[in-house]
Amino acid sequence: MFESLILILDATLRVSTPLIFAALAGLYAERSGIVDIGLEGKMLGSAFAAAAAATFFGSAWIGLFFGIMASVFLALLHGFACITHRGDHIVSGVAINTIVAGLTVTLGLYWFDQGGQTPSLVGAERFGPITFPFADALADVPVIGLLYSELLSGHSVLVYLAFVLVPVSAWIIYQTRFGLRLRAVGENPHAVDTAGINVAAIRYRAMIICGILCGIAGAYLSTAHNAGFLKDMSAGKGYIALAALIFGKWRPMSVLLACLLFGFLDAVAVRMQGVEVAGIGQVPVQAIEVLPYVLTVLLLAGFIGKAVGPKAVGRPYVKERS
Amino acid sequence: MNQPKIPVWVNIALIPFINIMLALFVSALLILAIGQNPIEAAGYLLYGAFGYQEGVGYTLYYATNLIFTGLAVSIAFKAGIFNIGGEGQAYIGGLGVGLACLAFDSSLPLFAIVPIAILGGAAFGAAWAFIPAYLNAKRGSHVVITTIMFNFISFSLMVYIMDHWLEKEGAMSLRSRDFEESAWLPSMQDILATFGIQIDSSPLNASFIWALICCVLVWGLIWHTRWGYQLRTLGTSTSAAVYAGINNGKVTIWVMLISGALAGFVGLNEIMGFNHSLLLNFTAGYGFAGIAVSLMGRNHPVGIVLAALLFGALYQGGSELAFELPSITPDIVVAIQGLVILFSGALEHMFKDRIESFFLRRSAA
Repeated sequence: MFESLILILDATLRVSTPLIFAALAGLYAERSGIVDIGLEGKMLGSAFAAAAAATFFGSAWIGLFFGIMASVFLALLHGFACITHRGDHIVSGVAINTIVAGLTVTLGLYWFDQGGQTPSLVGAERFGPITFPFADALADVPVIGLLYSELLSGHSVLVYLAFVLVPVSAWIIYQTRFGLRLRAVGENPHAVDTAGINVAAIRYRAMIICGILCGIAGAYLSTAHNAGFLKDMSAGKGYIALAALIFGKWRPMSVLLACLLFGFLDAVAVRMQGVEVAGIGQVPVQAIEVLPYVLTVLLLAGFIGKAVGPKAVGRPYVKERS
Repeated sequence: MNQPKIPVWVNIALIPFINIMLALFVSALLILAIGQNPIEAAGYLLYGAFGYQEGVGYTLYYATNLIFTGLAVSIAFKAGIFNIGGEGQAYIGGLGVGLACLAFDSSLPLFAIVPIAILGGAAFGAAWAFIPAYLNAKRGSHVVITTIMFNFISFSLMVYIMDHWLEKEGAMSLRSRDFEESAWLPSMQDILATFGIQIDSSPLNASFIWALICCVLVWGLIWHTRWGYQLRTLGTSTSAAVYAGINNGKVTIWVMLISGALAGFVGLNEIMGFNHSLLLNFTAGYGFAGIAVSLMGRNHPVGIVLAALLFGALYQGGSELAFELPSITPDIVVAIQGLVILFSGALEHMFKDRIESFFLRRSAA
């Protein structure tokens, strides 16, 4: 029982990681007033770029770099449409998701000729697990062994990075000058503009951070969690991250908890497949799968708490000229 | 009144044309980048879509789905609502069509099943749109986020329903039993054959005619009823609608119900017209493609038919292209579709403002 719990939590960490990166990415974007349903597309684009670059250069780190570059490019495209040209944020996000879904497979087939996939990554082309000191020695100690060696140790560096970035983001958003401006731009851009701060510049910076974080999320998918790029491998994770962002009420620590909850549900769903539960019988996997979406809908409708986003989110800022 | 005016054709023809050309230009660069000749590729594409009878049939068959989802997105757009849930509404609507066929295919003749299936698709699609609409009108939920969530809920729900209640034993994939032939929508070649016209067989079926009827109905509804006026008022200015005494919540719910019903008709074409059994993932992105169709068609039924034809041609031509040039996948069409959404949707102001001010200056001079 304890062991299977540890295994579920272990899986939770691994499936939550891309959600954490992507949800934090969305957090920076939305706090600055940009709605980003293109998290999905940026992740997918980065997953492809990272896997392709890792194959070419034989290094997961170079893959990560290219993944981030691809994602930042898409984020800036979103910024160009939404900030510079006052386009509709949702439409732009849909456009990016659609372009990437088609483009990755098209380029994948052209470069690798494997039906749109990238070749399987091996060795240094992937982010391998990091084993903590003494993890092997402690593995057989009861309780602590499982906790330390199985749950905490043995993840890729990106998993740990995700958990570090949450308090860092909280600090940036609540304690720094940039964070204050970021939040102000998302709540009341006119006031920020009056104070002599460039609204567009703050929003563009937010989009770059959003791009970097989505880039890490995508690279994690193809070069750490899996060994290569598969068609549509982001499989709705960008949307779940968006749900986690709302469920966490646009606050870093709460968003982390939401990601862990959704990741946990995912891990449980995988393990519950075909398992008989005493008294209930077989729990349909689909019922667990839909929980993140149902919970988010209920929260948005104010049935369980209330989620109120940044006030100016989704609205283009037009400088008044007299 | 000698106010400077922008000629009508600028907004309904010139700007959409420039945006499409930009999207196609970037697509051509993409084709060039993967080592193919864009002109040669366009040749295969056009031949595949319009060069022979079966190709034309396929083009119109894809266009049928896109007209339904395009109308669904556009009627919501007209009211200022972004219904991104067409995919889920089409999926659940298809369930309604499929259940109607499964229930009555051995007891009723075709002419009795068709209205039941139309009502089934409309009712199920509308029901799936109702919850997000109700939550928006009464509890202030964001329609976009809620409808995205409902898309995912519909995917899991369909797997559950198919798996537990409708699965046909021993089938290779998860699908219901085949309908009896009395529940098959007549194919276009059969319809035309009764008039003595012979055409090659294709999946094109009677639902195409229903799609065109829907265009006329939507056009009449939006521009020629009091209710359509309320809808357009809401879409133009929420506060003006409130001052005019329009019940915004009520209009929102009705618009979403109609939008969901229209999306639900995809099932008529896919389930009743072509597959003749209920199966998974038959919506295949048509709900999202409806956004592109609606943006390109400027939310007008005539524009939507034209845009649906273009995308239908891209879908069909894309398969031909992939067949002729094995280094190109049909997925390239998805990328082109995304570029169209980008240029005619997200970046619509990029040239619009400049072109408009050009014509304003010219008419002022």
